[in-house]
Amino acid sequence: MAVVSLVEVQDLACERGGRRVFRNVNFAAATGQALTLEGPNGAGKTSALRMLAGFIPPAAGEIRVHMSAGYVIADDEERGRLIGWMGHHDGIKAQLSVLENARFFAALYGARMDLEGVLDRVGLTRLMELSAQYLSAGQRRRLSLARLILSARPLWLLDEPLSSLDAAGRRLVAELIGEHCDDGGIAIIATHETLGLDATRYFLGTA
Amino acid sequence: MSPFVALILRDIRLAFRAGGGATLAAAFFALVAALVPFGVGSAQLGVLGQIAGGILWVAAALAALLSLDRLFQADYEDGSLDVLALSPLSLEKAAAAKILAHWLTTGMPLVVLSPVLGILLNLPLPDFGALVASLMIGTPALSAVGAIGAALTLSIRRGGLILALIVLPLITPALIFGAGAVNGTGGGAFLFLTAFSLAAVALSPFAAAASARLNLGS
Repeated sequence: MAVVSLVEVQDLACERGGRRVFRNVNFAAATGQALTLEGPNGAGKTSALRMLAGFIPPAAGEIRVHMSAGYVIADDEERGRLIGWMGHHDGIKAQLSVLENARFFAALYGARMDLEGVLDRVGLTRLMELSAQYLSAGQRRRLSLARLILSARPLWLLDEPLSSLDAAGRRLVAELIGEHCDDGGIAIIATHETLGLDATRYFLGTA
Repeated sequence: MSPFVALILRDIRLAFRAGGGATLAAAFFALVAALVPFGVGSAQLGVLGQIAGGILWVAAALAALLSLDRLFQADYEDGSLDVLALSPLSLEKAAAAKILAHWLTTGMPLVVLSPVLGILLNLPLPDFGALVASLMIGTPALSAVGAIGAALTLSIRRGGLILALIVLPLITPALIFGAGAVNGTGGGAFLFLTAFSLAAVALSPFAAAASARLNLGS
């Protein structure tokens, strides 16, 4: 895993459909740090994450990733290769089985991990042969978590990771984020809820 | 397995699962070709043979269109496109993989099926080789040009009709030269068809990726 030492967001502004969503957003997350983006509905939490991912071009401002090797990445595509993504949609193919989905993720990221171990970690071992269309929303979320683990990326961007998850699932998310940060990773999380872990909080106000 | 191959295999697998377009396109192709003789009537058997190449080419273009609207849209709606955009594959490579998978599951079956339909349409015997060859060369262009339209319309609900309006005019050259090649207009038609197909296959992954990227931000 390439090591990111700092993610820095400076004077970020967002416009959607001609309407200003936020401006002057400044935050930074260093290696080992979890940062939550909080705010009311429409404050731009998801938009901010999608900007960090490079999907939405910023209306103003800069996003810089400092690598521990000493160089700085400002390019969207290069930053994208560092990102483990868990969006609002799970990115799961309903027509494939749980295992087929997981195998595809592993091949996509060239992961050399024990696939069954990862599925066991997220609590899906018993459902491996099941077609993903029969998964509950929480189980889909868990499969999405498996992808996050398989991606082995240093910068996690998570959009409402707790949605649809049961108590055990929520603990699992907190554990995974904790371990990720202990390994020197960074997690930026858009959420309404308390994650149950040590995180810096950043509030996006309404503009 | 490389990410590129993994994506091709995933798309092929999806094409044969419920809701995939693989068998649908081939069945549609066969049905359209089988219906035309009823419309033309047995009195014009000679005419049927003369226009068989054109009929099969139009049927192939329509069949390819059928499954195109979901090429990127399905991935867009379930969040897979976000994942692909951030994966080790660039969106350009992902688009190339998806185009190749689309051709393997829709274009290729049409090529295989075409001689049977040629018999049905009273295609003159010497033209069978040209029919198969022209479809083999030309159908990749249908998938490639179609992918650009599919990427442009991926965020539009029921974008299938708009997709057809965008794509059909763009694939007209393939139709002209493809049907011309079957009718034995000479080697020129084959050369133009090959040139069009090569250019489409080479350029479309970039155009499709650019369109998809634009839609990710919307």
